[in-house]
Amino acid sequence: MKNKAIVCRCEDITLEDVEKAIDEGYTDLEELRKKLRIGMGPCQGRVCIQIIMKILERKTGKKVSKKDLPSSRPPIIPVSLGTLASDKK
Amino acid sequence: MKNKADVVIIGGGVNGCGLAYNLAKKDMDVVVFERDYLTSGATGACGAGIRQQWSTRENTLLAIDSVKIFEKLSKELGEDIDLRHGGYLIAIHDDKEMKQAEKNVEMQRSLGLKVDILKPQEINDVVPILDVKGMNVIGATFCPTDGHANPFKTTFAYANAAKKKGATIYTHTEVVGIKTQKKQVKEVITKKGVVKTNFVINAAGVWSKDIAEMVGIMVPNVPIRKEIMVTERLEPMFEAMVISFKDGIYFSQQKEGQIIGGIPIPEQKAGYKTMPTVSFMQHMARVLTRYAPVLEHVNMLRHWTGFYDVTPDARPILGETMDLKGFIHCHGFSGHGFMLSPMVCKLLSDFIVDGKKSEVLRSLSLERFKGKRIEHEMSVVG
Repeated sequence: MKNKAIVCRCEDITLEDVEKAIDEGYTDLEELRKKLRIGMGPCQGRVCIQIIMKILERKTGKKVSKKDLPSSRPPIIPVSLGTLASDKK
Repeated sequence: MKNKADVVIIGGGVNGCGLAYNLAKKDMDVVVFERDYLTSGATGACGAGIRQQWSTRENTLLAIDSVKIFEKLSKELGEDIDLRHGGYLIAIHDDKEMKQAEKNVEMQRSLGLKVDILKPQEINDVVPILDVKGMNVIGATFCPTDGHANPFKTTFAYANAAKKKGATIYTHTEVVGIKTQKKQVKEVITKKGVVKTNFVINAAGVWSKDIAEMVGIMVPNVPIRKEIMVTERLEPMFEAMVISFKDGIYFSQQKEGQIIGGIPIPEQKAGYKTMPTVSFMQHMARVLTRYAPVLEHVNMLRHWTGFYDVTPDARPILGETMDLKGFIHCHGFSGHGFMLSPMVCKLLSDFIVDGKKSEVLRSLSLERFKGKRIEHEMSVVG
């Protein structure tokens, strides 16, 4: 456990997992996300994506532009199905 | 960039990458062009389901054979695609649906599929969290060998295995033109270079229409925008995909525990707009909690849009057309491209390499729309 640095807390993804995936050729932020599920948990990428971006830039030597960031999706913060269903039609 | 290839594939979704693998396995020199990243289109937005319960014989056959391939795929490609046989439970709401279900089941069984018609009281044996009264059903069909796989993992596994066998995949490379000569494909022109080839496969999903137009072929496909959502992870509660043609809902619990599901909304229109809507969130939450009230306190994390590439009969367009040699259609999946991909990729690569034209390929050619009567696939959801 000593050398484990968690970069995505929702999905338990370590620095090592990210570096390995980049070495395997997943050098696109979206592909990394879909390979590792980073940014798909309750935080929706708020914690991990910036970190992953930095790792990716360091490993590939290429700048990751803002337009390469995954889209923010509603409902932005988790909302219960009961709440969403409660507004009577 | 490479300047020639035996086959050029346009589209880096599950079908494009699956074709690359199947063709590379047969020693073809393959190039794939994807204008964005792998799985950036419908594959990456899909609901991950694998269903064999169809109303048309062709789709059922394709799906049964696809499941057989899916079962061996993790081993063959050397990467786990997370295949699970949780089954599909299809709600039956009224006598009309029951009649169609009986007809479908008879045809499906004649092709060797194990599928049963359940009574309402048997539904909770399959999916315990369902409220049978809330669903308002008179029964359901259930096929235990239907299921799920991970579309990302499947596509990446196909792509990696294809690369190992010599295929070249260019992402972020847009095709801008196709040159033909004497009714034969000659060249594919991209923003980064030109590749000479005798075969082009159009596997560009909802953008296949634009690719076909490059060679003057009109296809009847319409892009229909769909929305889908995912919840937080939960303890495993059920294994089957639950769907209803009447309510349009489908949902299942994935391997990691999250529930994924979608439903059409009345204001749904054709087009390429990708903005998710509040009405979807509300409608989905209402119907989902009616089907499974226990989910009331579960959080929705995210919802997104994807496209169905819809044809007039909701069946794919596959194979070559008579007026242009070497231009291979592989689109129009109408929401079912992932689940049918293993067999579609096999049939098309058999056709390209060995000239073999199967019964299914013949009946799913673009030419069918010139005929007077087309058989519509009835079992479409979402």
